[in-house]
Amino acid sequence: MPSFLFYSSSWFDFNRINVFIILGAFFIFVIYFIWQAKAGKSLFVRRIAGLDAIEEAVGRATEMGKPILYISGIEDMDNLQTVASMIILGNVAEMVARYEVPLLVPICVPFVVTVAEESVKQGYMKAGKPEAYNPNNVRYLTQEQFAYAAGVNGIMLREKPAANFMFGSFYAESLLMAETGLSTGAIQVAGTANIHQLPFFVVACDFTLIGEELFAASAYLSREPKLLGSLKASDLAKFLIMISLIVGALLETFGITRFTSWFFVR
Amino acid sequence: MGTHDIIFNGIAAFLTLSIYTFLYKDNPFYKFAEHLVVGVSAGYFAVILYYNGFVPKLIVPLWEQGKLYYIIPAVLGVMIWTRFSRKWSWISRFSLAFYIGSGAGIAIPLYLQNFVLRQLSASMLPVGISTWPMITNILIIIGVFCALTYFYFSKEHTGAFGASAKIGIWTLMVGFGAGFGLTVMGRVSLLAERVVFIRDYLNELFRYLS
Repeated sequence: MPSFLFYSSSWFDFNRINVFIILGAFFIFVIYFIWQAKAGKSLFVRRIAGLDAIEEAVGRATEMGKPILYISGIEDMDNLQTVASMIILGNVAEMVARYEVPLLVPICVPFVVTVAEESVKQGYMKAGKPEAYNPNNVRYLTQEQFAYAAGVNGIMLREKPAANFMFGSFYAESLLMAETGLSTGAIQVAGTANIHQLPFFVVACDFTLIGEELFAASAYLSREPKLLGSLKASDLAKFLIMISLIVGALLETFGITRFTSWFFVR
Repeated sequence: MGTHDIIFNGIAAFLTLSIYTFLYKDNPFYKFAEHLVVGVSAGYFAVILYYNGFVPKLIVPLWEQGKLYYIIPAVLGVMIWTRFSRKWSWISRFSLAFYIGSGAGIAIPLYLQNFVLRQLSASMLPVGISTWPMITNILIIIGVFCALTYFYFSKEHTGAFGASAKIGIWTLMVGFGAGFGLTVMGRVSLLAERVVFIRDYLNELFRYLS
């Protein structure tokens, strides 16, 4: 018998029971809101300025007859930002297919190439134009961070895309790419949850999705019940976090620390 | 510095300068350096993946340790290759689903633990006006609260809620400004390191030639 079946002592870590309870409650919220969305209840999501700019940028690329560049960050598929980026890529591909504009997707991580191909292909199929999908436009460059940045910069300079979309997990290469894109005059919309890179996108891009806006983007663009349900559940979770913050601060002020320590993970 | 070092450091200096020519405009030197670094790194990473991934995580457990259940990830990996066939490419979706699902399953509790619970616990601070730290704690709690309202998507940013969201985005921008300055300083030190490298190389080159 394989040895991994006998690791009975580590099936459950009671030090992290708070994580389990909160995650369980969150999943119940998600399922409830997905059910609401599927039942046809209208779930309001406020306007996100950066996302409205995507369609505007695609329209501009169509008028100029130039391609659109989509960069999905430099992390693998086990990073939630890359997952969110792939969902946005599917929506962008659908939009692009409708306008018949070339979509260039240079990829840094080998495994992401297969997912990106699938997302783009699905987008073209949803738009009813599967024949317009060109697999050569989803390209693997290299996994080395700065070599990838150099390659993307080359594409920006030579293919002169009308719009650059940068959604995903970025590190030190963010400014190198955003600054080059700015110099070519492309409309740039970026989004990341890596807070150290956000300042660079804020200064060099026309619109920036900050932190969770990246995750909200997929729900906002697709209006799919599953994604909308998750977004609504995360809003409810945020509301509870805000209340917990105030309650915890007040209790700390009066010397009661049990509430705060419950949230602490050993 | 011997002849060998002069040649190889010369190549490094040449490639460094070739990349910097990008500051002027796209040109053959930059193109050459760019294609070289992309090509070399792609090949290098293929070898790294083979020796750091394929060999220790599949060949060794399967062939040397006899752990036959490692066939499962091997089959999932092979299934990805069905993408080369139009007819069978749907099979690769099972591997994708497994990888994305397991990745999200591992990441979600970690995100919750590190980016929500730890931050929340650390932000629950005693407040008051009797000491300076307690006053700054009020600022921290207001900043966190208002930033959270900015990321609330179920309500329009209007009225008092909008004002709170505006304070939230200002708080974020103050943080971004500090982060920008800090990182620019880091980048300047990288530039300084490259300039020092080229200066030292030129010194050595002139000494060698004379």
